[in-house]
Amino acid sequence: MQFVHRRRRGAELFLLVLALIVGVGAYAAVGLGNKGKVPPDIVSYGGWLAALIVVAHITVRLLAPYADPVLLPIVAALNGLGLAEIHRLDLALDHHFAAQQLVWMTIGVALFVATLGILRDHRTLQRFTYTSGLAAIVLLLMPMLPGIGKTVNGARIWIHLGSLSFQPGEVAKVLLVVTFAGYLVLHRDALALAGRRVAMIDLPRGRDLGPILVMWVVSLGILVFQHDLGSSLLFFGLFLIMLYVATERAGWLVVGASLFVVGSYLVYEFIPHVRDRFVLWSDVWAHYGDHTDDKGRQTVETMFGMAWGGLVGRGLGQGAPWRIPFAESDFIFGAIGEELGLTGSLAVILLYGLIVERAFRAALISRDDIGKLMATGLGGAIALQVFVVVGGVTHLIPLTGLTTPFLSYGGSSLVANWVIVAILLRISDSARRPLPDLSLPDDADMDETQVVKLT
Amino acid sequence: MNKPIRTVAIFCLLLFLALALNATYLQYYHASALNDRVGNARVATATFSRERGAIMVGRTAIAESVKTKDRYDYQRVYHKPYMYAPITGWYTYGNETGLERTENGFLSGSDDSLFVNQLVDLVNGNASKGGNVKLTIDPAAQQAAYTGLRALGSDVQGAVVALEPDTGKILAMVSLPTFDPNKLADHDFKAANAYATKLSKNPAEPLLNRAIQTTLAPGSTFKILTAAAAVQHDGLTANSMVPAGPAYTLPQSHSVVHNEVSGCASRITLTVAMMYSCNTAFAPLAVKVGASGMHETATAFGFNRKYFDQLPNQATSLYPAGLDPAGTALSGFGQGSVTASPLQMAMITAGIANHGVVMKPYLVDAEQSPTSLEILRTGSSERLSQATSSSTASEVTKMMVATVQSGTATPAAIPGIQVAGKTGTAQSGLTDKKTGAEVPPYAWFVGFAPAPSPKVAVAVMIQHVDTPTSEIAGGKLGGPIAKAVMEAVLNPHG
Repeated sequence: MQFVHRRRRGAELFLLVLALIVGVGAYAAVGLGNKGKVPPDIVSYGGWLAALIVVAHITVRLLAPYADPVLLPIVAALNGLGLAEIHRLDLALDHHFAAQQLVWMTIGVALFVATLGILRDHRTLQRFTYTSGLAAIVLLLMPMLPGIGKTVNGARIWIHLGSLSFQPGEVAKVLLVVTFAGYLVLHRDALALAGRRVAMIDLPRGRDLGPILVMWVVSLGILVFQHDLGSSLLFFGLFLIMLYVATERAGWLVVGASLFVVGSYLVYEFIPHVRDRFVLWSDVWAHYGDHTDDKGRQTVETMFGMAWGGLVGRGLGQGAPWRIPFAESDFIFGAIGEELGLTGSLAVILLYGLIVERAFRAALISRDDIGKLMATGLGGAIALQVFVVVGGVTHLIPLTGLTTPFLSYGGSSLVANWVIVAILLRISDSARRPLPDLSLPDDADMDETQVVKLT
Repeated sequence: MNKPIRTVAIFCLLLFLALALNATYLQYYHASALNDRVGNARVATATFSRERGAIMVGRTAIAESVKTKDRYDYQRVYHKPYMYAPITGWYTYGNETGLERTENGFLSGSDDSLFVNQLVDLVNGNASKGGNVKLTIDPAAQQAAYTGLRALGSDVQGAVVALEPDTGKILAMVSLPTFDPNKLADHDFKAANAYATKLSKNPAEPLLNRAIQTTLAPGSTFKILTAAAAVQHDGLTANSMVPAGPAYTLPQSHSVVHNEVSGCASRITLTVAMMYSCNTAFAPLAVKVGASGMHETATAFGFNRKYFDQLPNQATSLYPAGLDPAGTALSGFGQGSVTASPLQMAMITAGIANHGVVMKPYLVDAEQSPTSLEILRTGSSERLSQATSSSTASEVTKMMVATVQSGTATPAAIPGIQVAGKTGTAQSGLTDKKTGAEVPPYAWFVGFAPAPSPKVAVAVMIQHVDTPTSEIAGGKLGGPIAKAVMEAVLNPHG
């Protein structure tokens, strides 16, 4: 008798109610803290948020009944918290990003529903290995096109179509995971088994190095031409993780790490933008205040804000996160750290950790290789992205521009991440679903059936 | 593939652990260091938005924090701003002067003595409030000094200091020209900055607290110190005969010293020399005491050292060591290289009044808890030095009383009360940079009353006034002001 997962949809609903309380409560707390009264649109806002959560939950109940029950509530809580903090910055800076973000969340949930509806079996994605790879490269190149590409804050990662702006890198991230998973499932044996053993390490064959070198070049290319250090780090790390998991050969990690070191050295030597970032990180205090270039302001203000928040925070709506330039996008973690304190920072880090852990759990129990690879890739992508952006804004590593998943203001990121969650739920649904009963019924028609089968 | 997935999971766990540790470092271990960094606008704004304690004179606040609707919650408001500005200074974002600076810890509530209040506020979730500072100032004396000095004209530059001789309490401290600290503390920083620039460009230096920050030749008021030194070192009395005459040639020099008034016969008593302010008597007296004796007595009265830190930037009054005989002779009547602040001259006067004991001057009478109004710390009388013996002081007092009764200091006489006083009209020794003419003399007046048991000692200094040079005289200009201040202290209801 094999172990059968329970559906746990009731648990999910309970956790979603908690997540809704976090989201709506935070929104109300922002109003109370900043203006002394609950925001007047609390009912319509809360209602809308609740409706989105109910729609997502019902979709999961109908289309992925065995899916992991923890993922959706975590995502809902993070999304709600992000909305509240964006609303808080709206109050300080007099813009209306929160309403816009709620629209993006609605689109995200719609795509979440669509993904679960259309993608009834994640293995079908294997058919699109090369299509999605091509699409990813096209998307990544789009910002380079004159006319629609725009340089924003030194990085050329945006496309503008009319009034609509979009960061194609966020969508490319999902497509690349699909491509890598599809490619690696086919080629894992060749990559894993053919090779030489040099100094205790299994090194792959020269011709198998091709794909990783291509990936390395693509990452460096993004960096050189688009000045997007964060994305190139993310793509390179993502590919390395998936290659290692597919081949089970630590040798790839050695190769990848060596390439990373060489690549880092090259970009440091030859790309001034990257060197600036590193110099800024090594002595941020020399780049803050009057009589300096003031490039360290974002980081310093974030550190000041987090210190000012202390253990329990200033309270939502009562800090000064508007002092951090672009607090609503890349630096939202600093804003939350200031207003919710170390308690809030650790809670957010823990929630991300749980998402990643849940993704890896789905990978571990998945019954097919492509599911394992995709879940690992998506989980790893979230982990790397969170590390790169949160580590960057908290001055742990040099600052690179990436969005904080589900928290940051920005449509492309939010929508792409909702799709990632849908795919993760799809994989975990199929992994946790009981195996169909394959024992054949013992009756008289068996022979006929066998005859039919023979013909 | 599960083994590498587990490895990757552990790797990701380490990434998140690093993030969590870094956040803990920033928000816990390193937080106070970050909060203390210069340029941390959050901390500066929070401090600026706190309810600051009041500065009190008597039972009235001269500076207090009033709730406002702008983003800083509280606006600092100064009452009788022009009269008290040199004392209070002003408080604005990232800067404070005067008492606002020296008492900042207590006024802002961060002082350790307010620890219990801070703890209670923390528990109750209230923003902590600063304590009140009560001053030693006598409002009537302050008003009298201010009104008196103002009455000399719109562009007068000068200062008045009044002390309580036996405690060192500062009863009045006025400096003109002055300014409106309300305009400097305004939350409209642009307007405040414009006003500050205008003030700092004004050649009359309204931001200067002349009572403690300006040192000038004290002129004849310094003779009370010379007399004290002569009595102390050479055993003279008020009735001792001293040489005087119409002229005195400086030792080792051809320069000749004259007197301002006639009446200095060739041999007169020390009292008469004081009454008519005979330079020709005090110059040789100082030479007789000697450079080191004069320096010793001057230092005992507070020259050449700092003793007042309750307001920023006290200027040190100077009596240089090792003067040559000619320089010593000039110092005998407060010229040459001697410079003194109005506070210093008040200290000499108060020292004579207090039987030769000089008390350390102080301005803060008490520090009061913001909540319970309990007095947490009181200003205490502290002896600075025994400058002369008690008998020396009483001899000098006799001379000063005679000077008010029938000498040059009669404008300070108060009917029915024995007043001691001395005038001074000091040559500036400077030339005006624009006109090339000699800068008009400074008018001084020092005095105390009642002479038998003094309650108030006062020094008046007029650095510049819009009257002809021939009209400038310490007695005529400073005497009435000193009188008004003494009367204000002696007749509090009158």
